Amino acid sequence: MTDVNNTPDSGQDPSRRDFIHIAAVGATAVGGAFVIWPFIDQMNPAADTLAEASTEVNLADIDEGVTVTVMFRSKPHFVRRRTQAEIDEARGVDVSSLPDRDARNVNIEAGAPATDENRSALTAMVDDGVEVDDALRAAFLVSGANCTHLGCVPTGEAGAYDGWFCPCHGSHYDTSARIRRGPAPENLPIPPMTFISATTVRLG
Amino acid sequence: MKTIHRLLAAAAGVIALAAPAALAAGEYKKPEEHTWSFEGPFGTFDQAELQRGFQVYNQVCSACHGLNYLSIRHMGMEGGPFYTEGVAPNDNPALQAIAAEMRPIEDGPDDFGDMFERERRVTDPFPSPYENEQMARSANGGAYPPDLSVIVKARKGGTEYIRSLLLGYDQEPPEDLDIRTGNYYNPYMSGQVIAMPPQLYEGIVEYEDGTEATPEQMAHDIAAFLTWTSEPHMDARKRMGLMVMIYLLILCGLLYWSYRQIWSKVEH
Amino acid sequence: MSGPSTYKPSTGFEKWLDERLPIVRLGWDSFVDFPTPRNLNYWYTFGGILTVCLMVQILTGIVLAMHYVPHVDMAFASVERIDRDVNFGWLLRNIHAVGASMFFLAVYMHIFRGLYYGSYKAPRELLWILGVVIYLLMMAAAFLGYVLPWGQMSFWGATVITELFGALPLIGGPVTEWLWGGFSVGNATLNRFFSLHYLIPFLIAGVVGLHIWALHVPGNNNPTGLTAKTSNDTLPFHPYYTVKDGFAIVVFLVIFAFFVFYWPDALGHADNYIEADPLVTPAHIVPEWYLLPFYAILRAVPDKLGGVILMFGAIGVLFILPWLDTSRVRSMRYRPVAKWFFAFFVVACLGLGWAGAELPDNKVPVLGAIGVDFLLLGRVLTLYYFAYFLVILPVLGFVEKPKPRPASIEADVLGSKKSGDAAAPAGAPAE
Repeated sequence: MTDVNNTPDSGQDPSRRDFIHIAAVGATAVGGAFVIWPFIDQMNPAADTLAEASTEVNLADIDEGVTVTVMFRSKPHFVRRRTQAEIDEARGVDVSSLPDRDARNVNIEAGAPATDENRSALTAMVDDGVEVDDALRAAFLVSGANCTHLGCVPTGEAGAYDGWFCPCHGSHYDTSARIRRGPAPENLPIPPMTFISATTVRLG
Repeated sequence: MKTIHRLLAAAAGVIALAAPAALAAGEYKKPEEHTWSFEGPFGTFDQAELQRGFQVYNQVCSACHGLNYLSIRHMGMEGGPFYTEGVAPNDNPALQAIAAEMRPIEDGPDDFGDMFERERRVTDPFPSPYENEQMARSANGGAYPPDLSVIVKARKGGTEYIRSLLLGYDQEPPEDLDIRTGNYYNPYMSGQVIAMPPQLYEGIVEYEDGTEATPEQMAHDIAAFLTWTSEPHMDARKRMGLMVMIYLLILCGLLYWSYRQIWSKVEH
Repeated sequence: MSGPSTYKPSTGFEKWLDERLPIVRLGWDSFVDFPTPRNLNYWYTFGGILTVCLMVQILTGIVLAMHYVPHVDMAFASVERIDRDVNFGWLLRNIHAVGASMFFLAVYMHIFRGLYYGSYKAPRELLWILGVVIYLLMMAAAFLGYVLPWGQMSFWGATVITELFGALPLIGGPVTEWLWGGFSVGNATLNRFFSLHYLIPFLIAGVVGLHIWALHVPGNNNPTGLTAKTSNDTLPFHPYYTVKDGFAIVVFLVIFAFFVFYWPDALGHADNYIEADPLVTPAHIVPEWYLLPFYAILRAVPDKLGGVILMFGAIGVLFILPWLDTSRVRSMRYRPVAKWFFAFFVVACLGLGWAGAELPDNKVPVLGAIGVDFLLLGRVLTLYYFAYFLVILPVLGFVEKPKPRPASIEADVLGSKKSGDAAAPAGAPAE
């Protein structure tokens, strides 16, 4: 490149002449490509959205067989205290027979099998010095409330598996909120949760 | 066009000469010059300085001045006083401790429809010292302590103005200036009279990092902290600016070269 | 100017398209093989620069509107959120805010270039008038946009400018309330200003289309003011002027980027970082720098209606300029007297800007010793501003003796190459 400086006006050598034009157009194109990124990235969730506050749920107020729907990160979540029959039903399912065998639980390692133990509040973290009754943890199921098909909120205690039934396109979830039949591809996701007292769980 | 160039240059010269004179005609003193780590095109914030500045804000200023446009988590974002690489602001232990020590925040309604108070979290805003402007004025003899979120950008003189103002209480007022009770003479304030009493006394803050808390040190640190609150992305701005400038200058060179090549064949 | 089209569709698809929608042909004839005078200097690159400015403002503006909230309680906070939390929000807002100033900087260069080289004269009157329309729309967009952050200057600027309409006899009061949608600048005002601020740039883009169309009928003016006659007078637009404009655009972007990254608040006003407060007016309210000359003209008249008329007249006079200048010679390069009046006109505009920035009662440095304050300076320069258009240019055309002009653009280019600057007569504008 330096030798060209000696003959700035020459333009005798066609390849060298073309090189500079290609370099100029190329550099402009590369710069243009970089400029596009801020315009795209600004539509991603902003820092305040990403940092959205957590949600606390008082489990003591929820009776057996009752589902409470809470908002967490602007999305509804089911918090259900299941009956013993429902827990037994969920535990009796062979994981290998499930359409989605992944626990879909961010509290445990990714890809863990979708057993009921891996889905229930037994997987929730527990703050230091807090004692939580294991039976209580096993009874509670906390999951996202938007069908993994196209985002409708399924109806509770309905469907062929006594769990949830999505009225939009007919997905059936069982008592562990796992997909059993219908177009939905995945189990309802389990949000990050921590017991901050014996009966209070914090989502997020 | 050379004549025009000369005239334009002359006109610009006249304006440049006149500008300082116009400033001096104002009725307040120009802020004192001071050196900052974040000055110039390559200057960056000094994190220890920002942390000390936050301590001054938290222990002194926050009694009357809010930071309404900031949340506690902002201090853990990149470039912020408590930023730790690889740690999300929400998980930053220093910020969690700071949030927990601040005034509780009102939340709710709970399941019974009542509002309740809970511990402040990293994601919550800074506590506001007053509920509204009226309350602020009645507590301060009619004066309204301004919000400090963008104060450095909202005042001529910026960072240096803040520092000079905080240290500017020791000067003798001119005899013809009428200062009412509850007001103070401060030559850096517009109008030279300020309702805020002097704040930075020796020992009012005990720095966690062991730095001696002289009024000069505190004024320096709080001015730096408020510069950061006004422009939290300054470091990123200058970093990106350097890359953009280098790129544009290279592109300039390439295009000029290309231009010379193309025009070399014609007289113009 | 534009001769028969030289576009040759090279592929089957281009041929197919050309028979149905000759859009490639239009682009080719307008921006590739368009015959352009070979002697255009860098003052002629501002058209391209302005196109870039408009695109930058529209693109950043669309993106900022995704985050901005046009409500008096939330506007200021939403701007703060853009600066703090939105990804690259600080960058996009800096570009948009600095971009407004850069846009005006470029448009003033463009206008002064047109005034000097007589680009408004026949057959380019409509081209010039469309340009003035663009300039008016730009001022409207800039004013409306400045209101949106809802700082102190936003609020009081909006109040002062809308109050101007109160000067209209009889209908002044109702018109002002109609503009506000209330009894003062408020939420209704902010909402409509946002809506119009979003609309106007697209109107500008439309008029820019007409402006370019009107340019491509007679073709570019040039520093000699001579009409291009033969193909020796011109060069194809591409690659000669694409590369020259491209180089100038990048040089301009260096200045642009300097402000965006190293001095973003230099062109704004500190008071606009204080949230709007209808109870307190800032001590010294001034418009943005690019509107200061008009502010000085407004204040030059001690009468409300008179000031408003004069201020709008300052732009109105530009519309009739093509018929005010009686000279047969276009370019001031060959007008030894007009050149000096023009130079002083540029100084007068800068001086008006200065007078607009200062308090009217402040004394002008140096001249203050003989009692000249900024009000008087503003008045004298306002007088000159109007005299330039209404007296000097009309009269000069009859009394001035133009210097001999070259036979053609080609002769000018080749002649100056041979003789060089040293041979040019003293005082002649050297290119």
